Amino acid sequence: MIFVRLILTNLLRHRVRSSISIAGIAFSVAAMLTVVTVLQGAIGMFSGILSSDSEIIVFERNVSDLFFSNVPRNVASEIAAWPMVDHADPVLFGVVSSADHPIITCFGVTAADARIRMAAWVVGDRNSFAQHDDDVVLGERAAEFLNATMDGHVPIGHGVFHVIGILKTANGFEDGGVFMPLSVAQNFFHKDGSSVVTIKLRHRDDAAAFKSLVKQKYANLIGLEDAEFNRSYSQFRILKATAWAVGCCGLVLGGLGVANTMIMSVFTRIREIAILRVNGFSNTQIASMIFGESAVVSLVGAVAGLIAGTCLLYALKLIPALHGYVDVSMRPLVMLIVIVLALLTGVAGALYPAIYAMRVRAVEALRFE
Amino acid sequence: MNKPILQSDQTRRVVLRAQNVWKSYEQGAITVLQGVDFEALQGQTIALCGPSGCGKSTLLHLFGGLDLPDTGSIAVNGVEVNRHRDLLKLLRHEVGFVFQLHNLIPDLTLEENCLIPTVAAGVERNVAQARLHQLTERMGLSHRLNQRIQKLSGGERQRTALCRALMNKPKILLADEPTGSLDEKTSASVFELLLDQAASENVTLLMATHDRGLAERCDRLFEMHSGRIHEHNPS
Repeated sequence: MIFVRLILTNLLRHRVRSSISIAGIAFSVAAMLTVVTVLQGAIGMFSGILSSDSEIIVFERNVSDLFFSNVPRNVASEIAAWPMVDHADPVLFGVVSSADHPIITCFGVTAADARIRMAAWVVGDRNSFAQHDDDVVLGERAAEFLNATMDGHVPIGHGVFHVIGILKTANGFEDGGVFMPLSVAQNFFHKDGSSVVTIKLRHRDDAAAFKSLVKQKYANLIGLEDAEFNRSYSQFRILKATAWAVGCCGLVLGGLGVANTMIMSVFTRIREIAILRVNGFSNTQIASMIFGESAVVSLVGAVAGLIAGTCLLYALKLIPALHGYVDVSMRPLVMLIVIVLALLTGVAGALYPAIYAMRVRAVEALRFE
Repeated sequence: MNKPILQSDQTRRVVLRAQNVWKSYEQGAITVLQGVDFEALQGQTIALCGPSGCGKSTLLHLFGGLDLPDTGSIAVNGVEVNRHRDLLKLLRHEVGFVFQLHNLIPDLTLEENCLIPTVAAGVERNVAQARLHQLTERMGLSHRLNQRIQKLSGGERQRTALCRALMNKPKILLADEPTGSLDEKTSASVFELLLDQAASENVTLLMATHDRGLAERCDRLFEMHSGRIHEHNPS
């Protein structure tokens, strides 16, 4: 108890300095949490698009981005005929623009595609999809920001399209996207095939055999299970690495704040440390006291940062322009990692001050009474 | 060459011993102790007198294991300090320190300050509390346990420092001008307590002081001058 009091006493003695350190960690944690959660959410939503009622994705080997992938037109129908395959859906991804909205994700799909089949149709009828070349179906949020209504016309890119339905999906990208018949999208984006073919197998156990068959029949294509794809897709990896790097940079700054506080804390009470030494405190006990102080700063900062980060995420969710694109659901693992990183940062920040405190020689501190 | 100071007493053992101790600072520029020989027996009260800078505090620090001699040997309870397997054991259980400035932690209460040595030594809470109450009762501080140090008088602070020094029942008390910052009356009462505690717990008291009057009330009185020591024998 006295040991805890010694830790807290020093933090309370310099409230402003302690608060600034806590704020530094809190801002870092909030920044890390926000960036990581937003990007993880975006990645989750994008991988969700790919895994709609499917477990394998076939795409062009060695492409840096799925937007550049081209799966030949005949492949989807050939694969669909394989006995192990329940259904194979070609999907073409594109990015289009309209007035005030430079980026709208466009999905070129067939009427049988799970995105059309399984979505909740707010208005319109899925049987009317792909009947005409200028027909589009909009996600609910896309309809909102394009001010589009059923049977109305919307300018998209260089064309004007007829709205034949509005969908509500759980996925933010899809909800803010435009669904075109595959042939219309191919024409619009000047592409012969599709970006990917999503595969639903009759038996999941056939996945290995399926991937092997793809490799054997199509040298330029690769089939990956959803989890494999999420792990290996370079864009996801870059995004995740960027998110963690940005967050860690924030934490390093926070850690420097803790280091500064702890250095000041040690320098201003060398005499007190000397007294503790005279009263039998060991190096370990002195170091534990310093690390304890930094751990309290880091922990309080981490908790404050998590609260601030959560509030920020919910605030982002309320911004209309980001609605549907930001998945604010926080993963416990991310929260745990953020807290552990904050604690490690605090400990790292206290390393030099703790070593300095351990080297304080009582006799020298006491000689100058 | 200093005359060796050796007291023979067959019934009491030697608890502090310095043999030909030399100590200097600033890479030899300032020599503080020059061949000091000294012995103290269990339960004796000993005063060290002398001008500032004569080496009184240095000798106390050496006996407390806070510093090591350049040459010569310092032994506490028969064990050489520089060969002491565990200097922490020395500080935690064998010696207690009282300084001129009380050196208490101002933001803690009297009770918390006193319990610091017991935390360091890992003494059980109930044992520590019992000892605390015993000492504070004896020193008239039991009603001030929850007071912060800032609210205590100078005498109360020094008595608190004395309590803290005795918490782990050391057999040697090293006091570095313990009454130096107190007025005459308070100084006398704190000194009485020092002597009382030393007597009641059979503690060896080695006290550096400028107060000749207090020094003469100790069992033995040593004079230090320019790093040398000799026992004052009133005749």
